[in-house]
Amino acid sequence: MDIESPLLEIRGLRIEGESGEVWHEIVKGIDLTLRRGEVLGLIGESGAGKSTVGLAAMGYARPGCRITAGSIRFDGLDLARLPESEKRKLWGPRMAYVAQSAAAAFNPAHRLIDQYVETPVVHGIESEGEVKRQAVDLFRRLHLPDPERIGERYPHEVSGGQLQRAMTGMAMACHPDLLIFDEPTTALDVTTQIEVLAAIKEVVRHLHTAAIYISHDLAVVAQMADRVMVLRHGELVEEATTREMLANPREAYTKSLWAVRSLYKQEESSRDVVLSVQGVAAAYGRGIKVLEDVSIDVPLGRTVAVVGESGSGKSTLARVITGLLPPLAGTIQFQGKALPPALRNRPRDLLRRVQMIYQMPDTALNPRRRVRDILGRPLAFHLGLTGQARDRRLIELLEMIELDARFLDRLPSELSGGQKQRICIARALAVNPDLIICDEVTSALDQIVAEGILKLLLRLQKDLGVSYLYITHDLATVKAIADEIVVMHRGRVVQKGPKTTVLTPPHHPYTELLLSSVPEMNPDWLDGVLARRAIAAAG
Amino acid sequence: MHPIVRTLLQRVSLSVATLLAVSVIIFLMIEALPGNFASAILGQSATPERVAAFERQIGLDRPPVERYVVWLGNLLQGDFGNSLASAGSPVGHERTVMSLVGPRLKNTMFLAGLVAVVAVPISLALGLLAALYRNGIFDRLVNLTTLTSISVPEFFIAYILMLFFAVRLPWFHSLATVNTDTELLERVARCTLPALTLVLVIVAHMMRMTRASIINLLASPYVETARLKGLSPARVIVHHALPNAWAPIVNVIAVNLAYLVVGVVVVEVVFVYPGVGQLMVDSVSARDIPVVQACALVFAIAYIGLNLIADLVAIITNPRLLRPR
Amino acid sequence: MTTGTKEIPTPTVRRGLLATAWRELKRAPISAWFGLAVVFAYVFVGVFAPWVAPYGEAEIVGAQYQAWGGQHVFGTDQLGRDMLSRLVFGARNTIGIAFLTTALSFLIGGIIGMIAAIVGGWLDQVLARLVDVLMAIPQLVFALVLLSIFGTSVVNLILIIAVLDSTRVFRLARAVAMNVVVLDFVEAAKLQGENILWIATREVLPNILPPMVAEFGLRFCFVFLTISALSFLGLGIQPPTADWGSMVRENATLISYGDITPLLPAGAIALLTVGVNFVVDWFLHKTSGLKDGH
Repeated sequence: MDIESPLLEIRGLRIEGESGEVWHEIVKGIDLTLRRGEVLGLIGESGAGKSTVGLAAMGYARPGCRITAGSIRFDGLDLARLPESEKRKLWGPRMAYVAQSAAAAFNPAHRLIDQYVETPVVHGIESEGEVKRQAVDLFRRLHLPDPERIGERYPHEVSGGQLQRAMTGMAMACHPDLLIFDEPTTALDVTTQIEVLAAIKEVVRHLHTAAIYISHDLAVVAQMADRVMVLRHGELVEEATTREMLANPREAYTKSLWAVRSLYKQEESSRDVVLSVQGVAAAYGRGIKVLEDVSIDVPLGRTVAVVGESGSGKSTLARVITGLLPPLAGTIQFQGKALPPALRNRPRDLLRRVQMIYQMPDTALNPRRRVRDILGRPLAFHLGLTGQARDRRLIELLEMIELDARFLDRLPSELSGGQKQRICIARALAVNPDLIICDEVTSALDQIVAEGILKLLLRLQKDLGVSYLYITHDLATVKAIADEIVVMHRGRVVQKGPKTTVLTPPHHPYTELLLSSVPEMNPDWLDGVLARRAIAAAG
Repeated sequence: MHPIVRTLLQRVSLSVATLLAVSVIIFLMIEALPGNFASAILGQSATPERVAAFERQIGLDRPPVERYVVWLGNLLQGDFGNSLASAGSPVGHERTVMSLVGPRLKNTMFLAGLVAVVAVPISLALGLLAALYRNGIFDRLVNLTTLTSISVPEFFIAYILMLFFAVRLPWFHSLATVNTDTELLERVARCTLPALTLVLVIVAHMMRMTRASIINLLASPYVETARLKGLSPARVIVHHALPNAWAPIVNVIAVNLAYLVVGVVVVEVVFVYPGVGQLMVDSVSARDIPVVQACALVFAIAYIGLNLIADLVAIITNPRLLRPR
Repeated sequence: MTTGTKEIPTPTVRRGLLATAWRELKRAPISAWFGLAVVFAYVFVGVFAPWVAPYGEAEIVGAQYQAWGGQHVFGTDQLGRDMLSRLVFGARNTIGIAFLTTALSFLIGGIIGMIAAIVGGWLDQVLARLVDVLMAIPQLVFALVLLSIFGTSVVNLILIIAVLDSTRVFRLARAVAMNVVVLDFVEAAKLQGENILWIATREVLPNILPPMVAEFGLRFCFVFLTISALSFLGLGIQPPTADWGSMVRENATLISYGDITPLLPAGAIALLTVGVNFVVDWFLHKTSGLKDGH
């Protein structure tokens, strides 16, 4: 074996995907080289083709995809031409795959350990007893709780973060030469993500395995990869070592990948309060309480960001304020008057004053109605506008969101993701509301689009004086838009106050954990955090 | 109590409740009968005395709730009352519903059992093959044939089979007349054409559904994981797809056997097979309500029972319920 | 992570509805073409029955069971009526009644199902349980029971089958409407204060239309087969109305003499359901085509 030759060499790779019986090229001539023991980051936004390339590195194309051109040389073999029966000898022992959702990628019918031992035993590498012994060591190295017995559990008995680590362990079972990590932490909360990242980084480093790490988040990739390739629409945009890429990105597109991080709103205060939530508790059905003693004030013409991870109750809070879920206890005051708890008891004028924008613009717009109807209906319903007056207002609204009259007759499917979200904003603005609740409105969008949306929201607030209650899990977004911050954890408010106060130490312990878990654009960040936490734990 | 026992009990009691509700509906049949029930049965010319005597005989003079409780109590003891077709005839010649339905139920179960034994393995095998070689020529061919076969009325298939395999080529009996003395082999021989008709219909349905659920299963991310472990296709299917396939497959079987229950009615009439289906059709024409009620109840029990079995299998093969968090 | 380029909206070349339909048709498989041809032929024959049929519907024109050929292409039936003419009128009667029944069943099941999905809560629960019970009795058996009570007439037949079949429509309408009701745009409409009627007709209905149209085809076949089966059993459409199911029954004895005449009405039923199923199969493939495979 030639030590100096690359482990993996992809040349001129082209892959087509089928949709509606038509084949489209989704990977358009990619070259990729991976040396032994090297970690390569593949980064790009949705539709960049990075997962497809990652799987192709194993010579695998998903059903509905086909490799049409190029070579994939792995250790002297061309995987693009090798028959599947030959590739099967490599899959598992020589190369392994870690999927985005471990919960779906583990077979629900078998215990973890049985799935773990399957690869080495079936390929005849080790005896079952020996593999099980090694598994305990690896589980311990991955910081899984109770490493002796966790393998006896079924996938549904283990939490998401632990499952993702067990998946990594399973991929490492045969000490393969190549590992493919396909967004392994994307579905996890930041405080869980950091644990998984640390575990993956440690085992990859320890076993000196070559890996391809796929992610849409450059800050995450920066912790893992020695070198980074930026993909867009199935083509290579830029390739450099991680430090070089972060210090001197050459392409404008690469810079735009952290667009939101460059935004910062100068915080302002206001004396008047538009919305005041006092001591609210809420639950779904007769279940356990999702909100407990939550109190929040939204100042007039300002933005309050509600920050928390999944299960913190931040979206439930929005449902309580809009009246979809009447609270069990507590009061809500709007413009100094008590707000009726249930939606059906609220007068129409009150409904007009509180509007909502959703996370997924795809599902927030009726796919069968044209923009003219989507925006025109609230104008007629709340303001009684008809005919020319309505048409004038429609044009005015489109101009406000930086679109023009050509969009009036389009269906949502004829708009891009960012344009759809702008239409959602216009729908909320159409009826001159006083408060807009924004529920993760940028988290489904690519960074550069998200930046545009945030800038638009800021400008509209300046022009119209509307107040925002902005729900998010992303701290970069918080910095970009908030005047005040409310940190929520397990249904309670753990800390709140002006942005600079909350973001400057001393923090509440949970806020500290949350803030310190957010990956930074610095390749040394992860090691630094882990070292600091180790010291804190020891001290 | 172990959660799985609780889930099983819940599911069983749901079926019992459904069955009770069905029994109420079937009981209400008499209540809903337009006009006077007794004179509808005895004819317009019956004297008022005879009508009154008849009403007392079948208990129509008591309140409905009381009658329902008595009726249900009798049912549970296997007493479905007397057939009306024989009502009014001299005492001693009345036939109980049980004596009419009982032997015919055996015949129907024999036919349905015969069909199930043949159809289930064939359709599962064909469904699996079509799923594995999906979008290939075999799959397309099978899709077109089964689509045609499920679209066609049972009596069309039945008469075609009869025309070719009983009339033109005298291989089989065109009429499936059997009685209690018929030997097993003879019985099977006489049932060939009705059974074949039902097999053709059931196989088409069952294999389409098997194919769909296997394809659904093969698209799961854990099957991709298994493939990327370098496992052979056979191991991927047997070890990774199959353990998760029991629930959908049993469901497919149950749904189709329940469908068989209905298909049997038409086929029994075509081949003059002495089963419950034919009895029910005859009794509807004769407006022999107690017999119709009994037949309907038999079909409903079979239908509910099969669906119950499917759900119970789904529950006990689900690791999430076996080992709750 | 699949195909598609999110930020580049698809070019908006708008075509007329007819042009789109024609473009799709050109790419349709032969089976779909066959199905469409069959459906159009049946509808034509049904609508213009009096002009297509050589004799009247119940007109006795010859001896019983006359052989094929001569004045009567398919011979005559057990009363000496012209078989071809009865087949032609049968198209009108059988298809017409089945269509009416299916439409009624969709009206009942579709509306109630959609309302159950939008309103939710106890109303939804009660309706769903009720339908579960009704569906626990096999449909043909239930129909037999009800027909034995209310008697066999065309009106009873239509009402009974429509009500029984509407339980299936209810299930589907409720299920697909549920998927739409949970989407944010419906919540957005509720937050604006829109009423149920507006939400049902403007937000939900347009989005559940494609699966409901496909289901209409399938339900039509099922209803058509059920009515034919009942007629075949002598409990559906009653003589002297020409109807394919009854015609099979009336002429069934001919089979034992090797005469295929009774297969004509049975084949007429089969051909139409096969045709409709082919069209629906293609339609389902078209509307779900983008989703599967990934």
